Amino acid sequence: MASSELNRLTIADAGVRLRKREISSTELTRACLDRIAAVEPRLHAFITVIEKPALVQAAEADRRLGAGDAPALCGIPLGIKDIYATTGVATTCASKILSNFVPPFDATVIAKLRAEGAVFVGKTNMDEFAMGSSTENSAFGPTMNPHDLSRVSGGSSGGSAAAVAADECLGALGTDTGGSIREPASFCGVVGIKPTYSRVSRYGVIAFASSLDQVGPFAKSVRDAAIMLRSLAGHDPRDSTCSTRPVPDYERALTGDVKGLRIGVPKEYFVSGIDPAVERSVRAALHHYERIGAKLIDISLPHTPYAIACYYLVATAEASANLARYDGIRYGLRAPAEDNIALYEATRAQGFGAEVKRRIMLGTFALSTGYYDAYYLKAMKVRTLIRQDFERAFETCDVVVTPVAPGTAFKLGEKMNDPLTMYLSDIFTISVNLAGLPGLALPCGYDANNLPIGMQIIGAPFAEEAILRAGDAFERSGAVTLKRPAL
Amino acid sequence: MAEKKITLEQVRHVARLARIELGPAEEEHLRADMDQILAYVDKLGELDVSTVLPTVQVGESGTPMRMDEVTNSPNAEAMLANAPARERGYFKVPKIIE
Repeated sequence: MASSELNRLTIADAGVRLRKREISSTELTRACLDRIAAVEPRLHAFITVIEKPALVQAAEADRRLGAGDAPALCGIPLGIKDIYATTGVATTCASKILSNFVPPFDATVIAKLRAEGAVFVGKTNMDEFAMGSSTENSAFGPTMNPHDLSRVSGGSSGGSAAAVAADECLGALGTDTGGSIREPASFCGVVGIKPTYSRVSRYGVIAFASSLDQVGPFAKSVRDAAIMLRSLAGHDPRDSTCSTRPVPDYERALTGDVKGLRIGVPKEYFVSGIDPAVERSVRAALHHYERIGAKLIDISLPHTPYAIACYYLVATAEASANLARYDGIRYGLRAPAEDNIALYEATRAQGFGAEVKRRIMLGTFALSTGYYDAYYLKAMKVRTLIRQDFERAFETCDVVVTPVAPGTAFKLGEKMNDPLTMYLSDIFTISVNLAGLPGLALPCGYDANNLPIGMQIIGAPFAEEAILRAGDAFERSGAVTLKRPAL
Repeated sequence: MAEKKITLEQVRHVARLARIELGPAEEEHLRADMDQILAYVDKLGELDVSTVLPTVQVGESGTPMRMDEVTNSPNAEAMLANAPARERGYFKVPKIIE
């Protein structure tokens, strides 16, 4: 492999070669930075590229690798969604209101990755405050899909998905509140996992909807996602919601064996409105699972049609509270004004984009006097029904398999003037957040335009090993030949 | 067209609560968007949830306790470094009390 193609390696392969000293982290990082320089003008996956500090991290990783002190991600170049606080590096959340914010601290997962010797090549683009399904809501412009530059990368973590798909880095961090890892992974043809709620610390991750937000990785293979998740997961005293359960060695769970695995197929996820190419591809994947020894079980998740309505009340209510902190006083944008109230109102008017305003307004309304019971409380009760649907399903099956999204990547601008239609693109991912479950997205085919199609594998709480094993078994059985985007 | 789910007056009230200044065109645009979204979420009304308990949090039950100890060291300069306006070690804001 030419040194200019090292950026195409998986984390697992690069790890082996780094440890054997066949390649250096400096060469690997240089290959990623060269790729970034070559494709970014067309792709725009990054808000900030951090070239010099990345090369310093790589040199330090090479020293550790030489000394035989090399944790899993030592020397591996990663992209970081611009929602993670990174000491000394601008952290904008793709918002004008934070365009000049340079945090004085690291998010817990950033500190963990730093301690392992990972290399950060840049901060990736996203929908402003993670609100969106296409990365078109970024204050810095959209990220294009590497498979077709006229199409969206998905969202909100579209920059991370596109960067991994385009080999600008070996893996990346995203966040997922209603599908923000899985949908862009599906649109860009890479692997992404949203772990169980509370599996990974959110300290230093800019909050959107705190009962739904979760941290997770993007990778080029299920194995790489397993390797990354092990490094990210675990208790953190700085996040009181973070689970104290021990973290399994997820890579060891990848046995390739799915004999006897009971796969639940929910009828509510194969309904009219789904792109026939997506349905065909996911159904073919299910038949493939049968051939390699799994059993298919018809299940019902009857409250699925209510998930989007439930989500857009719960998530916006929580967002309206979380985003109250952006007041122009201690950090971020400040619009000059005569008095404090006018200062807040002008700062927020100038600093927030249209979608963020829309969600703050909706959430404030859902929580306001006279509407709380009819909207917010009702949504929290429906959330219970959605959660119970899954509890019942997991009595008869081990994992649930569905499409990630009802279609493949749509055209830039296609849904921008119709917020509700945009929200409906999250229909298959949102219930997983409402129920707090882990969900894995991986490529299962391509449509007639060569656009990637994603399959979602959902597990019971803390069943990451089961969904990663199922995903890995599919991947290594050779059912799909992955297509590298021609950029 | 069915009756409006939200009026312009309500939009102005919510904008005041949310501390967001809206222009006249933005108010009307938001009213139309919120109207459409609220009409959609009305489908929750099809469900009888009178005996269902709300889900507030899906994590594991209980809030872990810890000793009330200071774990960070004071670093005023780092905290003030992002301030839009500052003076002598303080955040500077418009006059609040006459």
